Amino acid sequence: MVHELSLFLRSIFVDNMIFASFLGMCSYLAVSKNVKTSFGLGIAVTFVLVITVPVNYLLQTEVLSETGIFKQDLTYLAFILFIAVIAGITQLVEMLVERFFPALYSALGIFLPLIAVNCAIMGGSLFMQQRIGLEHESSQYIGSIGDAFIYAFSSGIGWLLAIVLLAAIREKMAYTNVPKPLRGLGITFITVGLMAMAFMCFSGLNL
Amino acid sequence: MATNNKEAFLTPLSRNNPILIQVLGICSALAVTAQLEPAIVMGLSVTVITAFSNAIISLIRNTIPKRVRIIIQLVVVATLVTIVSLLLRAFMYDVSVQLSVYIGLIITNCILMGRLEAFAMSNKFVPSLLDGIGSGLGYAWILVVVGAIRELLGSGTLLGFRIIPQAAYDFGYADNGMMTMPAMALILVGCIVWVHRSIVKDIED
Repeated sequence: MVHELSLFLRSIFVDNMIFASFLGMCSYLAVSKNVKTSFGLGIAVTFVLVITVPVNYLLQTEVLSETGIFKQDLTYLAFILFIAVIAGITQLVEMLVERFFPALYSALGIFLPLIAVNCAIMGGSLFMQQRIGLEHESSQYIGSIGDAFIYAFSSGIGWLLAIVLLAAIREKMAYTNVPKPLRGLGITFITVGLMAMAFMCFSGLNL
Repeated sequence: MATNNKEAFLTPLSRNNPILIQVLGICSALAVTAQLEPAIVMGLSVTVITAFSNAIISLIRNTIPKRVRIIIQLVVVATLVTIVSLLLRAFMYDVSVQLSVYIGLIITNCILMGRLEAFAMSNKFVPSLLDGIGSGLGYAWILVVVGAIRELLGSGTLLGFRIIPQAAYDFGYADNGMMTMPAMALILVGCIVWVHRSIVKDIED
C-alpha cells in the first residue's frame, strides 16, 4: 500500500511529466491559452494514458519479454507495437468523444488526433517499460498491472495540473506589459521554467 | 526548381525553425541538453530520421490511401527510430544510456509528423529530402546551442573537456548547478526565442 501511495504522489509532484521530463510539451504550449480547453485536453491525456499504459504493460510483460508467450526477447519491436496500440486507442477515443461530447470535440478540434503523436502518451509507455527493470524497493518501480495503472493515472493528473496552472497564469498574463519580442512563446517558456523551479521543492518527497 | 530546393533547405534553419517558430519537438530538445554530447547525437539522429522518413514517404506518397496515412507514416518513422536506437546502443552505448527514452520519443516528435504531413505528402523526392535535412538541422542547432550553454555554465566543461580553468575556481567561481536542472532548460530556450525574435522581425505569433 505504501508503495502505491508513494508511486502516486511521486508521479504527480516529483516525476511530473512536464516539469521533470518535458513530456507532451508541444501541445502543452499550444493549448494552454485558456483554462477550459486546457482542462479538456488534460482529461483527454489522462484518459488515453490510463488505457494505453496498462495495455502496453501487458504487451511488454506477456508478449515481448523473455518470460512472455514467445519465450524470447522481442523488445526491439516495442517502439512499433507501442505506437500502434496508442494510435489505435486514440482513434477510438476520438470517435467516442465526437459521438458523446460534441462540445468537447469542437473545443479540442485538431488536438485530439495529435494525442496519438503526443510525447506524453508514448513517454508514459516508454518510462513504464524502463521502470519494470528497476529494483523492487525503488518507489518508481512498476511491478504489476495495478502499478502501471496508478502510474498512468497519476502522471495524467500531474500533466492536467501542470497545464491548468499554466493556462491560469497565461490568462492573467494577457493583461501585462511584456516586451514585444518576448511576448507569446518566449515568456511562456520562462513561466514554465519558473514553475518547474517551484515544483523542485517537492523533490524530497518520499514515503 | 533550384530556388525551390534551396528554399526547402534554408527556411527551416531560421525563418521557419521547427523549435523557435513552429514550436514542435520541444520535449526532446529540453531533456537531452544538459550536456553537449547527447545534444549533438540527438540532433544528428533526428536529422537522419527526418531526412530518410521524408524521402521514403515522398517516394511512396502516391500509393498511400489517404485514410490510413498516419499509421503508415508512424510505421516508417518507428522502423527508422528502432534502427537508429539499435545502432546507438551498439556503437555509442554511454550516450544511448544518457538519452534513455528520448530516442524512442523521436517517433512522437512533432517535427517528423509535421514535415511528413505538410511537405513530403505533396512534394517530389529531392525537395522532400532537402526539407527533411533542413528541418533536422534547424532542430539540431538549437539543441547544440542550449547544450553548449548548459554544459559550460553548469559544469564548466564542453564535450567533457574542462574549459573554465582551475584558477577561476580558486578565485571563488562556482558552477551553476541550476543549469543542469530541467527548469533552466526552459528558461534558456525562452531567452533564445527572445533573442531570435528581436533579430528576425515580422514574425506573427
